[in-house]
Formats: sequence, C-alpha cells, structure tokens
Amino acid sequence: MKFDVVIIGGGLAGLTCGIRLQGMGVKCAVVSAGQSALHFSSGSFDLLNKLPDGSDVVNPLKSAEKLDAVHPYGKIGGSLEFYAAEAKKQLIESGVVVSGDASANTYRITPMGTLKPTWLTMEDFLSLPDRDSLPGRKILIVNVAGFLDFNTKFIADSFEKRGAECRMIAVSIPETERLRVNPTEMRAPNIARTFENKDTLNALLSKIGTESDGFDCVVLPAVFGLSDSVSVKMLSDRLDCKVCLVPTMPPSVPGIRSQMSLRRAFERLGGVFMLGDTVVKADFGDNKVVRIYTENHGDYGIEAGSYVLATGSYFSKGLVARPDSVAEPVFGCDVDCSANRADWYDVSFFKPQDYMRFGVVTDGGFHAVKDGKAVCNLYTIGSVLGGFNALQQGCGAGVSMITALYVADNIIKG
Amino acid sequence: MGGNGKSNEFDVIIVGGGATGAGTARDCSLRGLRVLLVERFDFAAGATGRNHGLLHSGARYAVTDRESASECIKENMILRKIARHCVEENDGLFITLPEDDLGYQATFVESCQAAGIDARIIDPEEAKRMEPSVNPSIIGAVKVPDGSVDPFRLTLANVLDAKAHGAKVLVYHEVTALIKEGGKVVGVTVVDHKTKAAHNYYAPLTINAGGIWGHGIAAMAGVRVDMYPAKGSLLIFGHRVNNIVLNRCRKPANADILVPGDTICLIGTTSSHVGFDEVDDMRVTPDEVDLLLSEGEKLAPSLATTRILRAYAGVRPLVASDDDPTGRNISRGIVLLDHEKRDGVPGFATITGGKLMTYRLMAEWATDLACSKLGVDRPCTTMTDPLPGSRDEDEMPKGKSFIVKNPIRKSLEGRHGDFSSKIPSDNEYDASLVCECEDVTVGEVKYALNELDVNNMVDLRRRTRVGMGTCQGELCACRAAGLLGEAHNCSEKAKSDLAKFLNERWKGVYPVAWGDALRENEYAQWVYAGVCGMEQND
Repeated sequence: MKFDVVIIGGGLAGLTCGIRLQGMGVKCAVVSAGQSALHFSSGSFDLLNKLPDGSDVVNPLKSAEKLDAVHPYGKIGGSLEFYAAEAKKQLIESGVVVSGDASANTYRITPMGTLKPTWLTMEDFLSLPDRDSLPGRKILIVNVAGFLDFNTKFIADSFEKRGAECRMIAVSIPETERLRVNPTEMRAPNIARTFENKDTLNALLSKIGTESDGFDCVVLPAVFGLSDSVSVKMLSDRLDCKVCLVPTMPPSVPGIRSQMSLRRAFERLGGVFMLGDTVVKADFGDNKVVRIYTENHGDYGIEAGSYVLATGSYFSKGLVARPDSVAEPVFGCDVDCSANRADWYDVSFFKPQDYMRFGVVTDGGFHAVKDGKAVCNLYTIGSVLGGFNALQQGCGAGVSMITALYVADNIIKG
Repeated sequence: MGGNGKSNEFDVIIVGGGATGAGTARDCSLRGLRVLLVERFDFAAGATGRNHGLLHSGARYAVTDRESASECIKENMILRKIARHCVEENDGLFITLPEDDLGYQATFVESCQAAGIDARIIDPEEAKRMEPSVNPSIIGAVKVPDGSVDPFRLTLANVLDAKAHGAKVLVYHEVTALIKEGGKVVGVTVVDHKTKAAHNYYAPLTINAGGIWGHGIAAMAGVRVDMYPAKGSLLIFGHRVNNIVLNRCRKPANADILVPGDTICLIGTTSSHVGFDEVDDMRVTPDEVDLLLSEGEKLAPSLATTRILRAYAGVRPLVASDDDPTGRNISRGIVLLDHEKRDGVPGFATITGGKLMTYRLMAEWATDLACSKLGVDRPCTTMTDPLPGSRDEDEMPKGKSFIVKNPIRKSLEGRHGDFSSKIPSDNEYDASLVCECEDVTVGEVKYALNELDVNNMVDLRRRTRVGMGTCQGELCACRAAGLLGEAHNCSEKAKSDLAKFLNERWKGVYPVAWGDALRENEYAQWVYAGVCGMEQND
C-alpha cells in the first residue's frame, strides 16, 4: 500500500492535516486507533487562554508573540494569524460551524455554570463577550429527568450569583424513561440518539412548552445533534426565547459530531480512514521512515513519502509514561521529560502538572527528532508535541489545528 | 447508670472515631453507660482506614509474639460471626521462596499450632492450584485462616450500634482541651469544625482512643504517653490479582502481605519512623513505591503488569516500650493506661497500641475499666452480639418493591448487609448509578447522606466506595457532588467539596503516576480543570 502521506492519529490534529492535504490533491491515509480527545470536548476550541507564567490572555494572537521557540506557536511565529484564520475556515467548510476571533477571546459556559475563555465556539453553544456576562436575565434550566451528568443546580447558583433569576425543571418523556431501566444507559450520547428522532424531540419540546413562558433564555444539556445540527436548530426554532446548550460530563455529543464531520469531510475528499488500527512499528533507512506496519495489516507494510505523527498525549497513548521516563511508542522519537519522577507533578490536582508539558522533540519545522537527529520525512503535530501545557495554557485545540495546517503546507511545498 | 442527666453530661466520653473508639462506644453503650463519642474528622479517617484490611489469623505473629497471635485468632473467629458483612473468608497462604529458609516453616507451623491457629503445610503444587497468581517458584506453602475485613464498614457498624443504644456521636468535632477540676479530668472542650463554636461536655471518665493522635490528647491531661509513629505505606491494584491472602513465610518484613478485598488487592507495608509533625499528612515516597512493587512481584509476579490504582500510608500508634510504666502490656500490643494509677490523674484513661484485628478486645478492656470505675457490673457481650448489618440471614425483605437488579443489588447487600433494606430503591431515580465502577446507586448515596453521618464526599467514599474503583472518581465524583449539593441545598459547598475530593484522590495517585494511572488522571484533569473549568478555591 502506498500513499503520499500517512497520518498516524485520527483526532483533531490528524484529521485537520489530512483534510488540508487531501484537499490539495495529496493522497492521504489516516490510521486511527479510535476515540480521540474530541470525545471530551467542551464544544469550543481554545487558542490561548493563559501564558506559561499564569497571566490571563485577552488577545491570543498578541500574547502568542511572547512565547519562545520551544512552544509550537513560537515555531510558527508570524504565520500564526494566517493559520488561525485558515483553521476556522477549514472547520466551517468541514461542517463544524463555529464563530470566534483569534484576536479576542470570548467566554463559554462550563458545566459548573462558570465562564471560561475560548476562541471558536460551535453553533450549538453561546459564547459571551466577557467574564461577567449572562446568557439571559430570566433563565429556565431544563434537564432530562435522571440525567446525572448535568447539574442544573450548579449552573443556576452560578448564574444567580451574577444576578440572573433561574428556575430549574426536570423533564421526562417515555423514550428517556426507557433508557433509565438500565442504569448505565443515562449517558449524553444515548440520550442524544433518542432525540435524533423528530417525534421524540417534539415530545420533549411540548413538555418544555409553556414552562418557558416569561423566560428570556432556556438552558439545556448538550444532548442534541449527535450526527448533525438539525435537532439543535429545531430547539431554537420551536422555543420562543434564546436557547443555550451547556456541555455535559463526557462523552461529549458536540465533540462526537465534530469528529464525525471531520472524518466525513476527509473521506469525501478521497482520504482513506483506517479506523481501529494501530501502528506497531516502522522501518527506518537513511534518516527517513521507509514504511510502517499496523496491527490489522500485519507484515504488509504501508509506504509514504511523508509521515505525520498525530497520536495525541497519554490519554490517546501517543505518549507512554513509565516509572522513570516518557516514551513515544510508534517511532521511538525523543521525548523531552525530566528524569526524576517527583518533578512530573504538582501535589495539587488543579495546579499545572509538568508531565503535561512533556512530548516529542522537534526541529523548527516540526520534524520529529529521534536519537538526537531530525528525521527528514517524519512530522509531529498536536498534543504529542512537547514544550507546552495545553491544559494550563488553554491552547490544545489551537496547537492541534495550527501545527496540522502548518505541517500540511510544508509537506505540499516539499 | 443511665438516668436523665443534663444534655452535656455523660458517663463516659470517648475521644477518637477509629475502630477502637467506635468499638468502645458500642461496648460502653451496650453495658448501659451514657456515651459521647467525639471524632475530629470522620470515622476511620486515621490508621483504622489506612492498613491492609487483613483479617489476621495471627500467623504473622506466631513466632515473634505468641500472645498477639492467640489474641488475633480468637478475634478472627469472633469477627467472622459478629461482623459477617465486613469480612471475606479468603484464607491465607504463607509461601516460601527459593531465597527464603525453608527450615523456618517447621518453627512457624509449630508456633501457629501452639497459639491455636489452624496452620497446615500443603504441597506447593496444590498451593498453585488454589491460588494461580502465586509465584510459581515457591518451594513451600502453609495454609492459615486469614481473611479480609472492611475497616470502614466495621467501624460504622460499631457506631450505628452505639447510636442505637443511646450514644451521642459527634464527627468533625475536635477536642481542644480537657477540663480539669482539682487535678481530675471531668470533661472535654470540643470545637465544631463547621460552626467553629466551642462546647463543654462532662463525664467522670474520658477515654483517649485517639490512636497516634492520642499522644496529643494525653498531653492535654498533662500526662506523657510516648508514642512511636511508624508510617506504613501500601499500594492498591485495580483488580483482585489473588483470591487468597499471600504472605511470606519468614520473620515479618517489608511489603510481604498481598490482601484481596472487595474489587481490589493491596500490597504492604513499609515501615519507617516519622515525626509527629507529619502524621496529619502522610505522603508516599517514590522509594516506598519502588520497594512495594519489587517485593510484591515476588509474591505474585503478575503485579508487575497490573494497574496500580493508588498509594496511601497510615501511622501505627505504637507505644515506645521504654516509657511503658508497667512493662507488662507492651508484649501484648494492646496498651491500656489508667492514668489515675499511673500518673495520679483521675478521670482519664488511654487505650492504644493493638491493631485493627484486636479493636474489639481493646474496647472490652477499656469498657471493663470504665465499668469498674463507675461501679457498673455488667458483662461484655460483644464477642457474641452480631453487629448491625450482620444480623439477619435473609437480608432483603421479601415483597418489597425493589427494582435494583443484580449485580448492583449484590453490591449494596455486600456493603450494608441487612441494612441494605433501608436503601431507597423503589424508583428509577434511586436505582440509577452514581459510581459505575463500584455499582453505587443514587439511593445508596441518599441513605449514606441521611443516616450515616456523611458531611462531605470523602466521607461518602468511606461509606459507599464512591470513587474507589478504577476510574478513581472521574464521572461519579461530579454526580455525587450534585447529590450532595441537593441534600445540603448548597452547591458552593458541593463544588468546593468536589475540588477537595479530587485533590485527595490525586494525593494517592501521584506517587504511582505513570502508565494507566497517569492516563486516567490526565483525562480527569482535562475533564475537571478543562471542560468544567474548576480551580483550586482555598
């Protein structure tokens, strides 16, 4: 099997890169082990919320200028603005409809009812202009009865603290009651699946019906729009006031939909998506990757001109932590990590954790470094990269998409 | 005694809500005393909840301390009867590895038998068939009646029975001073952690059952009980590797016991002296983790590839022998100090030393002393009276509308015994799952919140196992926090409780933060600090 480019990893970074390349006529394959970090997405995409020193970011583009060359944004430098705009454009073209501006963070509503800065927000959600904003003055917060991964009281108390008037209701309809018979079924995607049916959704809407009279905003859990945004649109059309979805505990319905949209966009362009396959080893020669082998294809190697490593962090097994080191398991790339395990973590759960900064070492053009030498046809993108703490800095989605596009363009340029 | 005294007057005040304090409160109230039990944090929050959960047969002490060994086997047999719902009758093996002296086995078995422990040498091949996880290179094996005991459940059962017999129980109340009148201890000053208000309670006798913290309680009375804080660290693995307790057949040493319990197994312990300034915040070091793993793999090699859930440490309340005035008690492990005789301070006694296994006997001794001082002549019945939860053969009342199905129902029964009938279970909401790893329902959480003195999520974990499973609270923590917010009608407290709970879980994870433990934690940090946007709020 031969491709121009093989991308290892089918999450946000891998698919963004694949769509860009395939769209330019480059023959691509994506090898995907399965679920990606999009499965716990908030429905928003962050560019940069905080600098490494902990200071808040208002204008991500401007603040990113302060990042050094270890940070992926530092490597991209002056092209960041261009790639941020390209990322937004490509998301929208791929069916993930977002709004937002790289030079001004807006604020998304968290499952705790608090606000958190972000860059792009999916059409399902509201993004608010500043930290003290509210989605409305008189807010009705609706939950599906028995759904424990969405807490109306947490949200109501947060809104009320900022001056809103809230009422909470739990709605039940026969279809969701049926789910409850098996206590492990009350998960966001299962509920969303029942609302894919128009009649079911109508039944829910008529239950909310007059309850929303006199309210200027209805807040609902993000359990709508698993495969497309039709049911989300139906909510806004049918309810007489502003509709505001709030993310639930994982799995994330909007995240699953984004993942599927991106995959479909990639496949529509002619890309090959190998789902449920894992790269197990690679042949190297002449400082190049010659071919890779996957679990499903056994001894039958896959060859390409360039390879892109987009395997994600620990969660996705792009990085594997051992008691004394952190490794990149596919190619054995060099990983920047401290040798002393006690330095990997802070004893407070909520403080920045150093292990999140670890990742694959690259040169300025994102070529992966192995045994101290940059491999000339192996690129690294997204969370498997080192040099940044995506959680602390709020830059995970931005790094994924922007490094993906930057690398894709460099591959095309040759 | 009895009678209607003032609401702040009791016959006996017991300080410390570990197994010993709870057991003493139960025994005293069963013998008709008016009891106040005061605990600084939560039940079983100290050494009681921070050990192997091993139902010792006593074999471990047979060679070195026969008296302890025979106490253990007697209590072992008693707990099997009175605390059925807290005990797993797993049996134990003492194995000899090629590096060990097989000659020790004969001495060991002889000592066991002399202490009344049914120890039988079995063929190593049979041992491997009985426990397939055992190191296949064993050259000797002895079978003993070890088991597992859930210390949280055991302590709570004692508390529930004490309350049922009239005891007043205060959790999150800290003793800040002993009230003295003419050299006699006549009561305690207690501060409520929630309201910060101070209250005085009076009794002719105060019993110090504070474990390692008993050192400080004694100091308030002006007496010295010199404790030797010995830290012991343990590792919990994600599932049961073994079903029979595995011990090394040699003199007791580090990391030589692997105990299966509930859904997990655990290896321990290390032993090191620590300062009193450290006992409130025990943290496991990387060296201890490495030692536990390398020794643990010798018992069951598959531990090398088993996911570690977390690490934790407790402090044994050992009493320094050179300061023991009688010189008799130290060899028995249990130390009962009558401070009137020992130090000329009437109204005050300390019960310490011992171990979880002998908590009931310790309680009996302390209660005997209380009764003799108060002139009460009633015999101890705790060796035969079953604890609540272990009383009825038929645990679930028939005919009750009950939609919780197996295996969830079995989990509830396992945790609460005959009390599981009190768990709201008759509608879909109460039957829905909060913790999917450990099968904890909304009803069980409600029951714990309403009836089991639960103040926060860490307490809830001790009562129900919420967040103790493989995900370490990823989803269930948020769900449980929601229920807590509902119950207390305060989501601010529930949110800050959730943050504390996550921090407490992380404290056990970071010493073993590699492999799947780190993966799981990265995910949890993304969900709570990322998606939910939570921050440290203290």
